[in-house]
Amino acid sequence: MTAREGRLLRLLVLGVVAGGLVLPILAGLWETARAAFGHLPAIGAEGLSLDPWRRLFDLPGFGTSLTLTLWTGFASTALALMLAVSFAAAMYDRAGLRGGARLLAPFLATPHAALAIGLAFLIAPSGWIARLLSPWATGWDLPPDLATVNDPAGLALILGLLVKEVPFFLLVILAALSQLPVRRHLEAGRALGYGRGVVWIKVIGPQLYPLIRLPVYVVLSFALSVVDMAIVLGPSNPPVLAVAVTRWFLAADTTLILPASAAALLQSAVVAGGIGLWWAAERTLARIGRIWIRRGGRGVSAEPGLVAAGAAVTGLMALGVGALMALAVWSVAWRWSYPRALPESWSLAAWGRSAAGWGMAVESTVMIGVATTALALILAVAWLEGEDRGHLPRATWAEALVYLPLLVPQIAFLYGLHVVFLKVGIGGGIGAVIWAHALFVFPYVMIALSDPWRALDPAYIRAAAALGAGPVRRLFAVKLPILLRPLMTAAAIGFAVSVAQYLPTLFMGAGRVATLTTEAVTLSSGSDRRVTGVYAVLQAALPFLAYLAALGVPAFLHRHRAGLSGGAA
Amino acid sequence: MRLPLLAVLALGLAAPALAGGWDDTVAAARGQTVYWNAWGGDERTNDFIAWASGELQAQYGVTISHVKLSDTAEAVTRVIAEKAAGKAEGGSVDLIWINGANFLSMKEQGLLHGPFLQDLPNARYLDLSEGSAAVVDFTIPTEGYESPWRLAKFVLSHDSARVAEPPRSMAALLDWAKANPGRFTHPAVSNFMGSTFLKQALIELAPDASVLQAEATDEAFSAATEPLWAWYDALRPNLWREGKTFPENESVLQQMLNDGEVDFAMAFDPAAAAAAVERGLLPETVRSYAPEAGSIGNISFVAIPFNAAHKEGAMVVANFLLDPAVQARAQDISVLGSYSVLDPAKLDDAAKAAFDALPASPALPSNEALGPTLGEPHPSWMTRLAEDWARRYTE
Repeated sequence: MTAREGRLLRLLVLGVVAGGLVLPILAGLWETARAAFGHLPAIGAEGLSLDPWRRLFDLPGFGTSLTLTLWTGFASTALALMLAVSFAAAMYDRAGLRGGARLLAPFLATPHAALAIGLAFLIAPSGWIARLLSPWATGWDLPPDLATVNDPAGLALILGLLVKEVPFFLLVILAALSQLPVRRHLEAGRALGYGRGVVWIKVIGPQLYPLIRLPVYVVLSFALSVVDMAIVLGPSNPPVLAVAVTRWFLAADTTLILPASAAALLQSAVVAGGIGLWWAAERTLARIGRIWIRRGGRGVSAEPGLVAAGAAVTGLMALGVGALMALAVWSVAWRWSYPRALPESWSLAAWGRSAAGWGMAVESTVMIGVATTALALILAVAWLEGEDRGHLPRATWAEALVYLPLLVPQIAFLYGLHVVFLKVGIGGGIGAVIWAHALFVFPYVMIALSDPWRALDPAYIRAAAALGAGPVRRLFAVKLPILLRPLMTAAAIGFAVSVAQYLPTLFMGAGRVATLTTEAVTLSSGSDRRVTGVYAVLQAALPFLAYLAALGVPAFLHRHRAGLSGGAA
Repeated sequence: MRLPLLAVLALGLAAPALAGGWDDTVAAARGQTVYWNAWGGDERTNDFIAWASGELQAQYGVTISHVKLSDTAEAVTRVIAEKAAGKAEGGSVDLIWINGANFLSMKEQGLLHGPFLQDLPNARYLDLSEGSAAVVDFTIPTEGYESPWRLAKFVLSHDSARVAEPPRSMAALLDWAKANPGRFTHPAVSNFMGSTFLKQALIELAPDASVLQAEATDEAFSAATEPLWAWYDALRPNLWREGKTFPENESVLQQMLNDGEVDFAMAFDPAAAAAAVERGLLPETVRSYAPEAGSIGNISFVAIPFNAAHKEGAMVVANFLLDPAVQARAQDISVLGSYSVLDPAKLDDAAKAAFDALPASPALPSNEALGPTLGEPHPSWMTRLAEDWARRYTE
């Protein structure tokens, strides 16, 4: 009986997901694809043709843009993953790690655009670091003409992505590790004479990776299609593909919408191909790795690598903290010119003048964030519970559907989706924005929740069932309390994702729904770092509070239950 | 100094209404909220629009909701999306701050409501004669499909503490850049400020600038731009970061001037630097000037999309923006500092006095320092310049 209920429940959620999330995206893609093949009657383009593609391949800098995209996307994701795993390995036994997780929150919470602006100010030739050292140490009375940001190779963009993605990976890894008997593996490995680093690579890594594979794909997809961070930190002539597509979509010459749509489709292909390539590399590495593990080398010499990774991650964190501090200082500055280490005059004007603006923006940001997160959390729990009750295996095809919004670049379907929403008559309101946010929040919540949920020891449920608890009671009295920590983490991640959404808010809200992020990005085109600082501080503060709650509430509720605080075997 | 605002407003309102039609428009507009899509990157403009909303609310019961854009084309794309979805009424955009290529593309594709300019009572303060700057947008006759609201003129700004005597022609600029490599740049050419800089150079360097007023042909384009590209080839290696990357827009360039990364900024607003000094965004030693041969000037307009939900309200806003008292307030350096679009010959004494009483600022160029205004080339030149530049200098 419950098995059927479970199947029904999951079918219901699947229906909601398909109708509410997947269908709109496909419809959006369809509209984009029609324009990509020359059909957009609104600008007088009719019929089917390959001209948009020809024009796209002919646009100056197209090839360089594509190469840059692939290079920055793969390099940043691979480096971020390596650094995060090594850092977790190096720091695992130290007492500070769990407390340290609390420090990750601000990085996760700060939207990419704000962090990028802070980071750009930090590392620019006229930036804070140069100001602290000039002119007494460097002799630079004027900033040197060095390409430390917007460099043609995209190194500054990779650095920015690392600052943002390493903490995300760390949080995901920490959540996954709490489901593995790490301490026992470490002890057993050491007893057999393996070095600490090698136990991580040979024993824990292979178990860990499947748990974090999807987040890795999501980060890769994001890095291949990032827009806001690439505008601030990346090269501009030509920029990465996603920035070029956005520019073409918004060019004064409206016929560019056609090649822009073609490029948007291509952007999806780049992401799909990128993930395919990564998957193939994974397979190859696993095959080689197995041979290597069987040879049984004890490899104590891996230690220096861990130390270097630890130093690199610490350096990245320092840059992130510096970027956030720079923005906070700017928000209370009046004039701060090169080469002064601190502002020469201070003022609260930036906070006061824009108070009416940010007050309203905070209100709508919180409302949209809470509504979207609640919706996504309910859907996710219903989905997973349906699976449990139906004794269903993980359906890979269904999961792929859920992750579709994260894997298809936003720019590829948002324009089309806006047209679809307008046709149905629901464009331009807060409801449409919440819906569009849910597209992106739900997958993140699923990612954060599904692995801990599935890794839950079934013995608890069996014990509860043996004691006579029905399925509802098992859910509310056993599963949800045990899973409170991952639930709260998922909610916090969902909230942060909602706060950071830029393009969906812009397209679906018809510009009328002003959130902190849309205001911050618009104001950053005006380049008053003081006002940008105000918005960035607020943008970081909201999700930060959510993360604090995610860490604090379970810690408080479970303060007498050591076994529920995770991982401590 | 505060303007005798109410007095001037009263004068404006006391003028006889042109036709009963306008009274109907004002009556229909009452209670409407006008979604004005306007670039939101300048806080003083944002504050001015917020002020205008308050005044309109008090006088006409019309509220402005400022939809802040990071690029005007966002609004154009939005209207195209609505047209694609078959939404011919109740559109989300009521008024757009627009000009040049965006206007041309909306006009050509029938995305604009109008003509409406002649229905606005305050249009009588404009010079509406054929070819006047108030009725021509980048050489395209506006034919009443948009209403002017602020004057734009290309100027360069420099920090007088670092550069005492700035180069006043494009040829002199090249010499200066060779002597000071890495200290000059312009915004990316995909941005309109970047392409305006190229157009300014084109007008100065073209063998015969009069061809720019007509639509560009292949022949005319290659003949007119040959000296420009020779000049740019020599300039580019001496630009900031050797001309391999460019700031995103004029605001980023202004920030670079403030940070000391470059010695020049440029703007399409003679008061931009003075306004930035006032807000603490530039050092007090910054001065603005126009090239001695004159500089490109144009007028910013507001237009109403064909499917706007609140056309009457939008017209009331457009009319309000043409009120002499409002134009004088906009020109006040402590408010917006954007020059008036009205014809001084058509103003009465009270309105003239309001303009005369405006305060001055050392960073604000005098009318003499601004020199003659050069007309915008036909939009096809800008499009081709941007394309050709991208083809030549994108690696």
